[in-house]
Amino acid sequence: MKSPSRTALRAGLAAAAALSLAACGTSGSDSGSAAAESLGDTEGSVSILAWPGYVEDGSNDPAYDWVSGFEDATGCMVTSKPYGTSDEAYQLMQNGGYDVVAASGDLTLRLIAGDLVSPVNTDLLDNYAGIFDFLKNKEWNSVDGVSYGVPHGYGANLLMYNTDEVTPAPTSWDVVFDKSSDYAGGVTAYDSPIYIADAAVYLMAHQPDLGITNPYALDQDQFDAAVALLKEQRTNVGEYWSDYLKEIQAFETGDSVVGTTWQVIQNSVSTGNTAVVLPEEGATGWSDTWMIASDSKSPNCAYAWLDYIADPEVNATATAYFGEAPSSAAACDFRDDCEAYHAGDEEYAAQIWYWTTPISECVDGRTDVECIDYSEWTKAWQEIKG
Amino acid sequence: MTTHRVSGFIAPRRRLQLAGLLSAPILWLGLVYIVALAALLVTAFWTVDTLTGQVQVEWTTANVVEVLTGALYRTVTLRTLGIALLVTLIDVMVAVPVAFFMAKIASPRLRHVLVIAVLAPLWASYLVKVYSWRALLSADGIIHWIATPFGGDTPGYGIPAVVMTLSYLWLPFVIMPIYAGFDRVPDRLLEASADLGAKGARTLIAVVLPMIWPAIIAGSIFAFSLSLGDYLATGIVGGTTQLLGNLVYTNVGAANNLPLAAAISLIPIAIILLYLAAVRRTGALRSL
Repeated sequence: MKSPSRTALRAGLAAAAALSLAACGTSGSDSGSAAAESLGDTEGSVSILAWPGYVEDGSNDPAYDWVSGFEDATGCMVTSKPYGTSDEAYQLMQNGGYDVVAASGDLTLRLIAGDLVSPVNTDLLDNYAGIFDFLKNKEWNSVDGVSYGVPHGYGANLLMYNTDEVTPAPTSWDVVFDKSSDYAGGVTAYDSPIYIADAAVYLMAHQPDLGITNPYALDQDQFDAAVALLKEQRTNVGEYWSDYLKEIQAFETGDSVVGTTWQVIQNSVSTGNTAVVLPEEGATGWSDTWMIASDSKSPNCAYAWLDYIADPEVNATATAYFGEAPSSAAACDFRDDCEAYHAGDEEYAAQIWYWTTPISECVDGRTDVECIDYSEWTKAWQEIKG
Repeated sequence: MTTHRVSGFIAPRRRLQLAGLLSAPILWLGLVYIVALAALLVTAFWTVDTLTGQVQVEWTTANVVEVLTGALYRTVTLRTLGIALLVTLIDVMVAVPVAFFMAKIASPRLRHVLVIAVLAPLWASYLVKVYSWRALLSADGIIHWIATPFGGDTPGYGIPAVVMTLSYLWLPFVIMPIYAGFDRVPDRLLEASADLGAKGARTLIAVVLPMIWPAIIAGSIFAFSLSLGDYLATGIVGGTTQLLGNLVYTNVGAANNLPLAAAISLIPIAIILLYLAAVRRTGALRSL
């Protein structure tokens, strides 16, 4: 892991330099709120909205406390609220009162479009240079080259299978789609509308004439094909999961034998007869971003938090606790499980289609068609489940 | 002085005292329960901005029309209704003999033990009980282990699992009113019936059943209405099954579409009102 992460570090530094030049050029961007030009004194408090396990002050597990260090160093007292779904977070952000939010890609664009978060001047963050280059300024954390936050951690929605039941070892998602009838009743899938993108990733490879170039930018024909594939799959699905403890149990008891998973689930299955693979078609995944609310009352403390959480050691602790790859290249010096999460493996990361909010304006850049937006995805998902 | 005058004015007026005592809780019930429910239902006629998820006060019947005409909602409504009726039927069929035994056959000492045994599951958390059923029904669970030697197998996660779990969950709510109903049937009526030459079955149908019918109806209202609104048990042991509660939940939690969720919630409310109207016609409510 040493040498690739160093290369990535160097690449990251170069990119940060290029980026800061670009940021200077676009400082007069037309977005609703502008990024801070400089930092002032910290305000004494900061309110954070994040996924569970992202802001730990030792009250859940005394061994995991990275909030106290921040409070001691900056004098910003942290209050945090965990949320359960991206949609819940969106509602909380609308109500206001939070300075910082950790958002997945299926939330970020909505926050930006709703003008609820402001651009982030990454020059003001010392640790931003250490972030993996391939996570910076992507379609889920930037608009027109303007950064809206700091990447936190990422992971892929992998294919998990029971090594006793599923032989030979699968290399393709076809075991949960075209060949799912072999495992009727033992197939499992992630219970969220965003799972439609998994079907789109599969179709991208197996039905190239549909012309899908991005699983989150589906026009009506492409969308219908993905929905049809999932309706076919449903007849062989034993259950859908959204609670990861439920999936761990289902694989341990043998109720589920093949389906989507997270690396942390594979790490938690105790029976030892499961394996995970990143199939040849690629996979969907998530990359979370720390963002700053546009109506933040404590922008200086917010910047301080964004910088602090990108510190290699803090980033390592926080992402290890959650079970995902860190965003900071040097974080692997503080973690011994980076290999399992393929941290910094750019080739691996390139196969991941990170969750992005599907909106009617196609995120793949097409302008001649209208894409299906997330509310339609939700309706279709209910119909797929029947 | 003024406090004396006030108390002097109120003391002889008992109706005023009662009004003063009750107005606060009634106001509270009205505001928190009725008004909140009405506000929720009004939302069904509003719209939602698809990008921002904000509820907008633009009057439309689109949500209600979609719920009434959509094939998805028809299928799910029928499935929910079928499961609720089946659960009610199973619970009543199990509860009547158990309640009869408790009220009429068991010794007073055993009766106390049985009442405690029936109520004991209510002390455990709902989630604990449902997750226990998940373990029981799993592919290497106890049901599989017991049934395999007889050529059977666990039904796995799905509609049968939901019916079993819900029947278990609501059984105490059905047994208790029927037990109370049996308790009110005087033993001498059973003896009189026997003296007049009626066999056991005839006594049951002609004498006991009319007397405990209101109790059975009361129990069935519990089992039916609780099943109609359940979504957690379905999520845990239902496999891919969706009930109305799950649709409401996804529309609130994942889709951020409160108006559609409110429109869907009109369906169980309508079904319960119809059920209560049907029950009223039998006259069972009057003797409750």
